[in-house]
Amino acid sequence: MIPLLEVTDLKKHFPIRGGVLGRVTNHVYAVDGVSFDIARGETLSLVGESGCGKSTVGRAVLRLIAPTAGEVRLDGERIDNLPAAQLRRLRQRVQVVFQDPFSSLSPRQKVREIIAEPIVNFGLARGAALESRIAGLLEKVRLPRDAMDRYPHEFSGGQRQRICIARALAPDPDLIVCDEAVSALDVSVKAQIVNLLAELQDALGLALLFISHDLAIVEHLTHRVAVMYLGKIVEVADRRTLFSRAHHPYTRALLSAVPVPDPAAKRQRMILTGDVPSPIHPPSGCRFHTRCPFAFDRCRTEEPVLRRVAEGQVSACHLDVPDAPAAA
Amino acid sequence: MSTTYRQGTVAAVALPDVLPPLVRRGRTRTFLRRHPTIAAGGALIALMLAIAVFAPWLGTVDPTAIDPIHRLADPSARHWFGTDMLGRDVWSRTLYGARISLLVGFSVAFCAGAAGTLVGVAAGFIRVLDGVLMRIMDGLMSIPPILLAIALMALTRASVQNVIFAISVSEFPRVSRLVRGIVLSLREQPFVEAAVAAGTRLPRIILRHILPNTVAALLVQATYTCASAMITEAILSFIGAGTPPIIPSWGNIMAEGRALWEIKPYIVFFPAFFLSVTVLAVNLLGDGLRDALDPRLAKRL
Repeated sequence: MIPLLEVTDLKKHFPIRGGVLGRVTNHVYAVDGVSFDIARGETLSLVGESGCGKSTVGRAVLRLIAPTAGEVRLDGERIDNLPAAQLRRLRQRVQVVFQDPFSSLSPRQKVREIIAEPIVNFGLARGAALESRIAGLLEKVRLPRDAMDRYPHEFSGGQRQRICIARALAPDPDLIVCDEAVSALDVSVKAQIVNLLAELQDALGLALLFISHDLAIVEHLTHRVAVMYLGKIVEVADRRTLFSRAHHPYTRALLSAVPVPDPAAKRQRMILTGDVPSPIHPPSGCRFHTRCPFAFDRCRTEEPVLRRVAEGQVSACHLDVPDAPAAA
Repeated sequence: MSTTYRQGTVAAVALPDVLPPLVRRGRTRTFLRRHPTIAAGGALIALMLAIAVFAPWLGTVDPTAIDPIHRLADPSARHWFGTDMLGRDVWSRTLYGARISLLVGFSVAFCAGAAGTLVGVAAGFIRVLDGVLMRIMDGLMSIPPILLAIALMALTRASVQNVIFAISVSEFPRVSRLVRGIVLSLREQPFVEAAVAAGTRLPRIILRHILPNTVAALLVQATYTCASAMITEAILSFIGAGTPPIIPSWGNIMAEGRALWEIKPYIVFFPAFFLSVTVLAVNLLGDGLRDALDPRLAKRL
């Protein structure tokens, strides 16, 4: 079966220009060979710390930036090299919800105009049909009908994020990229939005690319998780496997950083030292070897490839310890 | 933490009652109380506009009619502001002069605003043009606006249109810089990226997302352009490089009264007073608008 979205060896290198002549002196290897796929109706979470390139992956999938190399396929059709005119048609199928609900809504448009924009652009409805479609979308995201004639500044952060979700749902997409979609919200609102996304996914059969740094949130709504470190995916596994038997040391470190709401819980924390190396000069071999407590000689020279370590779990690590205890 | 959320034990609550009811509160009074500077500036400008429009019915005579016998008369019941060295009525000339000043001020604000917006949006969206356009604007801005206007007037005939053109040329680079800066910051905004993802074409993005969000800054800039254009017009007329002497403008009246200002200061004083009040009014309005339209205070819009 052809996956809905298939990303193969995606690379995005940002040139750094320096000197008087503005010559390219170096590159930021923001995304350096990332491959994954998403099936219809599936949620794949892309997790990692800030600066690991997860948002860049999302933006490249949306073609808000052109990838340096690699392929992005939607239903088997390549979309990474399409000219603008043909791409616009396909944009209907991939929508986005951004992190900041304040800057992702134009302050001078009413909610009606915001939600109508994609519908009108793709010629999906007009007149009374448009009106009832907007009303239906507002209902789906649980906003009152009279929200239509208001401006975004009249809403709270969580309500604004609902408007963003309504806009993303408007053209009936197959895939929504949620770029840290709940990270800017308070905990209670966060839970509401996560539940809303999960419900909508069940009801509409949406696929989600859920980009996040918050594993606790990810655990609630994802089917599979891909862990990114410094521009590469280090581990992909289904939720249950990842949260119980993570293989890659970086994944285990991330998991052990998730707070547990039980002050009496005793657990072994795996605390990483040092900073994330610069994506301008990524380390040789395994990119994680500079911080990995288990690193050995091979890690410094040979770059590990993603290999299958268990059913539904691939990991890029030379270690062979799939049974190491994960976070409690 | 568990996966109970997915089973819907804690469902997302509907939010019908959270929004306050839609009220558009009793507006004018609230507005005046919140923005006294806009009210004061707006009222003064309205007054000046009324004077300019209704000049023929405000006890004026033909502002160009000469009456040498009654020249240099002091202000009196017959000539409220006195007469100048040719016996022309200064009250009439000052009132009719308001037409020129306001016409020049508003026209320049509009032309410079339009040209500046065009150049600014082009520079902000078309990378290859950006460097070239902005260096040209730098070049224009390196010439003092008055000198540039004088030079342009020296090349053409003295007429009100040419004055408007000359002042617009010297004013619009500032607007274009402002617009370019705003465009560059707006085009990186998530709501613009969301519009791209929603399949909106570039012209529509500029029209629906970029321009509406530059209006506030443009409006404020326009008031300053307007005030400075009125002063530049007066300066140009004063040195004889502006409005032709046959048309009464505040600059012309002051220029003609200059020779006699020690014995008949009112000839200079009245048009100068009107000019100052008008410029003050426009600046008050601009300051008020800047405060009112500040995005951080968007709730007051």
